[in-house]
Amino acid sequence: MYALEISQLQKTYDNGHQALSGIDLTVESGDFFALLGPNGAGKSTAIGIISSLVNSSGGEIKIFGKDLVHERNTCKLDIGLVPQEINFNIFETPMNILVTQAGYYGVGKAIASERAEKYLKLLELWDKGSEPARQMSGGMKRRLMIARALMHEPRLLILDEPTAGVDIEIRRSMWEFLEEINRSGTTIILTTHYLEEAETLCRNVAIIDKGRIVEQGAVSDLLSRSMVQTFVLDLKDTAVKSPVLDGYKVVRCEDKRLDVEVVVGQSMNGLFGQLQQQGFEVTSMRNKSNRLEEFFLRLVSQSEAA
Amino acid sequence: MNTADPTTSPSITAVNWVAFKTLVVKEIRRFMRIWVQTIVPPAVSAVLYMMIFGKLIGDRIGVMDGHSYINFVVPGIIMMAIITNSYSNAVSSFFGAKFQSHIEEMLIAPIHNWVILAGFVVGGVCRGLCVGALVAAVSLLFTRITVENPLITIMVVVLTSTLFAIGGVINSVYAKSFDDISIIPNFVLTPLTYLGGIFYSVKLLPEFWYNVSLVNPVLYMINGFRYGILGSSDFPIWWSFFVIVIFILLLAAVALHLMNKGVGIKS
Repeated sequence: MYALEISQLQKTYDNGHQALSGIDLTVESGDFFALLGPNGAGKSTAIGIISSLVNSSGGEIKIFGKDLVHERNTCKLDIGLVPQEINFNIFETPMNILVTQAGYYGVGKAIASERAEKYLKLLELWDKGSEPARQMSGGMKRRLMIARALMHEPRLLILDEPTAGVDIEIRRSMWEFLEEINRSGTTIILTTHYLEEAETLCRNVAIIDKGRIVEQGAVSDLLSRSMVQTFVLDLKDTAVKSPVLDGYKVVRCEDKRLDVEVVVGQSMNGLFGQLQQQGFEVTSMRNKSNRLEEFFLRLVSQSEAA
Repeated sequence: MNTADPTTSPSITAVNWVAFKTLVVKEIRRFMRIWVQTIVPPAVSAVLYMMIFGKLIGDRIGVMDGHSYINFVVPGIIMMAIITNSYSNAVSSFFGAKFQSHIEEMLIAPIHNWVILAGFVVGGVCRGLCVGALVAAVSLLFTRITVENPLITIMVVVLTSTLFAIGGVINSVYAKSFDDISIIPNFVLTPLTYLGGIFYSVKLLPEFWYNVSLVNPVLYMINGFRYGILGSSDFPIWWSFFVIVIFILLLAAVALHLMNKGVGIKS
């Protein structure tokens, strides 16, 4: 069963800007799905329409088989949203924010209070539960928005850049939490600019650019189609000029640093052999960017060129 | 963690009832949390009005419409506080929710727009009643008045505060800045209220101004409330109820239409 089916979704804003030009998208129930794209690609518009914050200009959306237009309130019960911007009442306490949000979904105060305690503890916010939310740090506010989205226990959780501006330690703990939520059966759609995050968490991905889906499929399939990887090589000694290697594109970035593009399947032994012959000693090697990021950048640059 | 069973989803009616109660509690909590800004100032203003107009000047005026002047102005002063506060509660709360974007918490939830409207309106009515009760209590420091028709008094208060709370929601739907939520109260509401017969009987006016006053809806509300308290009014009481109910129906229809279209709250 599909958690989300989108067909020919369009959005043209009043100022004439066409944010979505007929996108088709399906997300399987139970999936951890990444919706990626550069700024202004249409991700947040699509999420806004799914969550009823933006009126569409055309197309159809189904949530677990139900039509969003004709059964909007029933569909809303199944959706939890973590928006990109902080959008709770900062003068309220986290406890009140959560209990109030649950109430909007018909969850009574007793159950809502229990759930609020559970999620505040799971997200390490319990000790801040009775202080005004404005006193919380940025990372805490982001976690509070995740807790808020879960208060009615939705089957589909949509996260719009949930870890933006969050330090790496908290980000990783949020990843673990989201993986646990997904394992328990909740379908998750994630947008993020941290492609490492998408590669780590998500099984399927769609890339949106200029209001249309330019690529969609399993993360593993997309990565297998990524033909070139760029490695950063740190050298022991200064390279006066960029070495010329047969079969490899090499760029000297700094005195002791080379960027080398390696086609998938190409032997790394050949690379090191040639470097050794030319007197270069490599002290360390790493990926310049993660593979999904590389794939994404190539795709977006192709799209721009077209 | 997802324990939701799609086969046992709650009915939307039940969801909306809980959502309505939640919204009302949230609204009451909001104005009670900042009671120094929301409840106390109207009482201070009322004390000044009663002291200056009711006592100092009123003692020289003597009798108005068969009542001592202080007794004549007290219902108007109470009603003015109710009107102003029910309006400003709805306008500031709804616009605040728009400004901070937490209106989105409601828009993504399975709540009917009329439930959202009702929640903000009941919040405004509750603040109007709180302030009205406080101003009425304060008035006892200046005069002893009894309520002639308690049922009519309560009905006029609830209906009037409902009407102005709906007006507050409409104002905030259109508002894009804090300036926009002060224009209507300052340039429309205050003149209509002051010229609505708080401090005088419209029967004292020359014929032209008397006829002009008749198109002021606030006149009928203040007179309806005065009838409830003092038992006398410039107009039959049914005029008051007729005007208030017509305006409630009209403004509620406008507010719902705007919310259903997403004006000011959706892209």
